[in-house]
Amino acid sequence: MTPIIFIPLLPLIGFLVVGIFWPFFKGKGHFIAVPLMIGSWVIATSEFFKSFTNPPNVTFVYDWIRSGHLDIGISLQYDHLAAIMLFMVTTVAMLVHLYTIGYMHGDSGYDRFFSYISLFSFSMIMLVLSNNLVEMFIFWEAVGLCSYLLIVHWYERRPSWLAANKAFIMNRVGDFGFLLGIFLTYSTFGSVSFAEIFPAISSHLHQTVNIASAFHGSMNIPVLDLIALLLFLGAVGKSAQIPLHPWLPDAMEGPTPISALIHAATMVTAGIFMIARMNPLYNAAPFAAHVVAWTGGITAIVAATIALTQPDIKKIIAYSTMSQLGYMVMVCGLGGYGAGIFHLLTHGAFKALLFLGAGSVIHSLSGEQDVFRMGGLRKYIGLTFVTMLIGSLALSGIPPFAGYYSKDLILVTAYQQGPLGQILWMIGVLTAVLTAFYSFRLMFLVFGGKERFHSDQAGHGGHGIHPHESPWTMTVPLVLLSIAAVVAGWAGEHYGVLEYLAQELPIPHQDPVAGGMSDSALKGLSVGVGVLGIFVAWAFYGRESSIPGSLAKGLSFFYKLSLYKWYFDELYDLVFVRSSFLIGRLFWQELDKGVIDETVNGVAAFFRNSGLGLRRYQTGQLQNYAMVMAIGVFGLVAFYLVFNRM
Amino acid sequence: MVPLSWYVALSAFLFITGLVGVLIRRNIVVVLLCIEIMLNAVNVNFVAFSDYLHLIDGQIFVFFVITVAAAEVAIGLGIIISLFRLKESVNMDDYNLLKL
Amino acid sequence: MMQQLPFIYFGGMALVCALLVVISRVAIYSAMALLGMFVHVAGLFIILDAPFLAGVQLLVYAGAILVLYLFVVMLLNVHSRGTMLQRQTPWAIILSLLAVGELGYLVLTSHFYPKLPAIPHPTVPTLGNTETIGMVLYTQYLFPFEVASVVLLIALVGAIVMARGRSGVRQG
Repeated sequence: MTPIIFIPLLPLIGFLVVGIFWPFFKGKGHFIAVPLMIGSWVIATSEFFKSFTNPPNVTFVYDWIRSGHLDIGISLQYDHLAAIMLFMVTTVAMLVHLYTIGYMHGDSGYDRFFSYISLFSFSMIMLVLSNNLVEMFIFWEAVGLCSYLLIVHWYERRPSWLAANKAFIMNRVGDFGFLLGIFLTYSTFGSVSFAEIFPAISSHLHQTVNIASAFHGSMNIPVLDLIALLLFLGAVGKSAQIPLHPWLPDAMEGPTPISALIHAATMVTAGIFMIARMNPLYNAAPFAAHVVAWTGGITAIVAATIALTQPDIKKIIAYSTMSQLGYMVMVCGLGGYGAGIFHLLTHGAFKALLFLGAGSVIHSLSGEQDVFRMGGLRKYIGLTFVTMLIGSLALSGIPPFAGYYSKDLILVTAYQQGPLGQILWMIGVLTAVLTAFYSFRLMFLVFGGKERFHSDQAGHGGHGIHPHESPWTMTVPLVLLSIAAVVAGWAGEHYGVLEYLAQELPIPHQDPVAGGMSDSALKGLSVGVGVLGIFVAWAFYGRESSIPGSLAKGLSFFYKLSLYKWYFDELYDLVFVRSSFLIGRLFWQELDKGVIDETVNGVAAFFRNSGLGLRRYQTGQLQNYAMVMAIGVFGLVAFYLVFNRM
Repeated sequence: MVPLSWYVALSAFLFITGLVGVLIRRNIVVVLLCIEIMLNAVNVNFVAFSDYLHLIDGQIFVFFVITVAAAEVAIGLGIIISLFRLKESVNMDDYNLLKL
Repeated sequence: MMQQLPFIYFGGMALVCALLVVISRVAIYSAMALLGMFVHVAGLFIILDAPFLAGVQLLVYAGAILVLYLFVVMLLNVHSRGTMLQRQTPWAIILSLLAVGELGYLVLTSHFYPKLPAIPHPTVPTLGNTETIGMVLYTQYLFPFEVASVVLLIALVGAIVMARGRSGVRQG
């Protein structure tokens, strides 16, 4: 038995023990869950370092469904892609487990929380290790379920469960597409296993499927494109790409460790992981790949513009996550799967860092999330400030931090993929400016300038809040993650992450001289735009300035567009929610009350009235009954005479 | 020779007489008497067919009918006695026990 | 005509007695008219070559059942208060007239077999009426015969239980 099976097994045990026996822990759930998660991380790390030399292997666990030609097993496919993903997932999960001890201390649902994040870690590890589409779908759903359970952790709060329902329902739309994609895969290839699908792709290149056959129409499209698009719909939901993105910012209603673990580092990257895993399919489906690339690019720029004006610290980071996910999806659509996964890994580190730092800030201010009510926190929570500064620099793509290497790789890869790539490259560069701007807007508003929280709190009885540094269980993960945010990019480039991943993710053909800009010019440009963004942020928010206010007035249309998130929520409310209510009300008032209720009540009233009428005939007089019987007998005789004799 | 149809007609008239008695009389004892008339009407029919078809089975049935009539009279009169104890009345319309 | 005279007498008298049962105001007259009907029906049985049944008719009906009726009529104060007839009498009369019409029509239009030549009963060739009934009753109809005995037993017990009343049960 390989040690790989213990990587998912240990968090599962943690979930079962803490989940089943939670009443006995009474706030001591971390004594079970955290050591098990650390054990899982140790195994994942050692296996990761062994994977440089060991060949990929598949560990068969058990047969799940075997029916005719359908053969679905639970197997652990451990190759380079899975190894590096597992390394990142277990690292972040382990650190978030640690951080949770401090952040959730004293919460009524403390042990429940630990059991759920252990379950989530198990599901995510299994998702990464799955070797067929059905297994992947099961754990794809399982991480979605955990996300739901954890967003709704504070279930007494209305925004919590609204956000959880929104996340769940929006993911259903995407998962529906994923499921249809699995069905079509099975009907096309006769198998759902990656090892059997990929070699068969070349023989289905010109096969088409008539999607209008149910309506007796004829609309043939290539089957590989359709499969790729349907699977991508799942990724759109899971990775919060436009148009299925509004759940991600709302999901920030959950506790901050969840935002870091699920909604920044791991679960939302499952979509990118899935695209990378299915890369032979996307390489064979050019149209679908274009859709993927454009979706990613549009998401990146739209999310970045929204992040510019948000007042909530967690929502800023959430939109930033969306924007970075857009980057990854975009470069995957252009064939740069390795670059996408590389950015996924570094992003996992620095985005988890940013979220945990934001959690530390919120914790120190006893729950305040509005950046306009912070300010000047640098001298109170210095360690948090330093780690968040590292995270922001990494996000902005400033060397030598991790984001520089991976984002740069994405932009270079995009640029060298021909005209389409260059258009998307321009979007990417523009997004990079915005990214640097909103990251440092957040930094200046939170840590620099005047203290805006005292004055606001003075009205409430005079006792202001005193910011305090977080306990060591929270700061240790921050420090470790900031080290990762510094070195992950350098290590990835130095040790050749692309070559490492090339086993599963082929490096796209690149044209170094296309477009006329060399590698180093591109790198210089992306660093330059990062610095430009930071400078603009300083000019706007780093000092006393009237520019933001006057810009908001002068460009009020764009300001409102950004502040109200491009009105996606309102649009969906109008198109889906209101119309559903309208149809529902129509059926309720007209059909249910008007037709069905009337029918049912009418039947009841008919029998009631006829019973009232017929009651007179129950006299209790035996001879009346005998009379009726006699009438019946001679009536039958009369009937016989009339119809048979005459 | 008496035709069979005469017996059948007699039986029918006897039966209807008994039926009318059951339907119109208020006295509960007379109603029971009228039931006896109806049973006898049937017996006449049985015996007539038995004779005309030379089958003894009709007479056997009459034998059983008489047996059942005896049992019915015993039970019926027992019921009448207990009802009379209950209400001091032999009128049919005083007993509407079938009505809830 | 001579052959039909006994039938006309017995049948007519039976019918007249039956009508008397129905129309007599006093219950004891009804009972006495019923006795007349039984006797004349017994006469009809004799005409129909069923002397054993005629005897049973006289013994059981006239001897036992009717005596039972007379006891009850005399024990209880059976004088009904108010009218003799039910309210539904007119409707019952109309129904009976309709029934007479129907059955009369049926009898008139039906085709009856003529009297068959006397063939002996297959199983009991040359015995008389009483022996024949006895043979058939204790062979072919043995099971119904036993059931009839159980019916009589139940009637016996039931009649005793009901006639004794509640006080009798308590004392027992």
